[in-house]
Amino acid sequence: MANWVPLWLHRLGSPPTFYRFAGAVYPWALGLAIVLGGIALYGGLVLAPADYQQGDAYRIIFIHVPSAWMSLFIYAIMTVAAFIGLVWRIKLAETVAMESAPIGAAFTAITLATGSLWGKPMWGTWWTWDARLTSELVLLFIYLGIIGLYHSFEDRRQGARAAAFLVLVGAVNVPIVHFSVNWWNTLHQGSTIRLLGPSHIAASMVWPLLTMMAATKLYYIASLFSRVRADLIASEGGKAWVRELALGHAQDGKA
Amino acid sequence: MTPGSTTAACAALLRRDLTLAWRRRGDIALPVLYAVIVVTLFPFALGPEPALLARIAGGVVFVTVLLAMLLSLDGLFRPDIDDGSMEQLMLAPQPLALLVGMKILAHWLTAALPLIVVAPVLAGMLHLPSAAMGVLVVALAIATPLLSLLGAVLVALTAGAKRSGMLLALMLLPLCVPVVIFAAGAVAAAQDGLPWIAPIAWLGAGLALALVLAPLACAAALRIAMES
Repeated sequence: MANWVPLWLHRLGSPPTFYRFAGAVYPWALGLAIVLGGIALYGGLVLAPADYQQGDAYRIIFIHVPSAWMSLFIYAIMTVAAFIGLVWRIKLAETVAMESAPIGAAFTAITLATGSLWGKPMWGTWWTWDARLTSELVLLFIYLGIIGLYHSFEDRRQGARAAAFLVLVGAVNVPIVHFSVNWWNTLHQGSTIRLLGPSHIAASMVWPLLTMMAATKLYYIASLFSRVRADLIASEGGKAWVRELALGHAQDGKA
Repeated sequence: MTPGSTTAACAALLRRDLTLAWRRRGDIALPVLYAVIVVTLFPFALGPEPALLARIAGGVVFVTVLLAMLLSLDGLFRPDIDDGSMEQLMLAPQPLALLVGMKILAHWLTAALPLIVVAPVLAGMLHLPSAAMGVLVVALAIATPLLSLLGAVLVALTAGAKRSGMLLALMLLPLCVPVVIFAAGAVAAAQDGLPWIAPIAWLGAGLALALVLAPLACAAALRIAMES
């Protein structure tokens, strides 16, 4: 059995180890995210052909669809992290769940904004009470509720635990958003890209989409890691490893 | 009932909460008064045309009842936490989930039941056809306990927070969307002469689930809130 995997994960749960690991990963993730995002934008906005029906307006999917995936993906990560944090009381998992929430809320807001920009030329309206649009809006409200609950406690740890509980309660909404286009056959189109079975989209349009998806994932990692690092420094301010870090930097500065 | 048994403890807690509510009868009347005023505002804002009012009557009554319940939810655990009786409930040998369930029941009896009683009058003011009136009462009778249970979990979560009034609304209202959809959908179906049993059945299923899970979740949330 590969014993080092659980061991490594276990060590990663300690704040100083994670702080160093995140610091090492952060520049790579951010750099790759910018490079891949640039390639995907060039591929999507310049190389990919115009749609035979929607013309150039369809190109907003290269932002809209990856953001929508991320809005659900981040919530799923938050749910897992919140569960781990509540059951095994691992502080790092609580931090990951809480620091994911603003990023997820931003992706949800981008999804809604780009979707309504697309809806105006395609459907003739900015907003309609379609099942997917409504459930995505509810997802945004849940994100905001989690952020609000987290910040309304004096004690950060207690706020994180209460908000993690709310994450678990709100997780009911994720499958509703995902399956809403199948359950209620309304205005929003169904998914065109499938993991199982053939996709209903041309290959020249798929690769920028998938590249952008990788870029958003990497951006999430970079953003999350830098947020978690900042939070760890703030919440562990009195610990020895933070003091060493600060003193080390001070000495570097003198020399 | 032997003193000290779980049944006796539940009965005592229910009697205490109802007595406390009865001593402050004015507070029971407030949500009802609020609902009456909100419903009265709609004909002023939209014009007194009976066809339009009948169309929106079901939805308006549900949203009003939901908001009125939201007003009273904030006081569900707050007084007990302030005077220390919540600690006593947590230390009690009886399961906390059961005791919390009794508190939710007492809250439903004092806050939601008066609203259900007054709801047909409100719907009548908005010209809801009498054929849909029965469905409205049935839907309210199933939806309000569901809202009480859902709300109690979130109130328990905010119990340790400094300020919770607007936060509670921000957290509760998105989660109430399915309840409002099904409850108002049943009334709309009855108004159009369509079968309305399916949305009621969905509400019933949700209530059965919430009856089992919500007190447990509520107890867990209260333990988080009271930790410090």
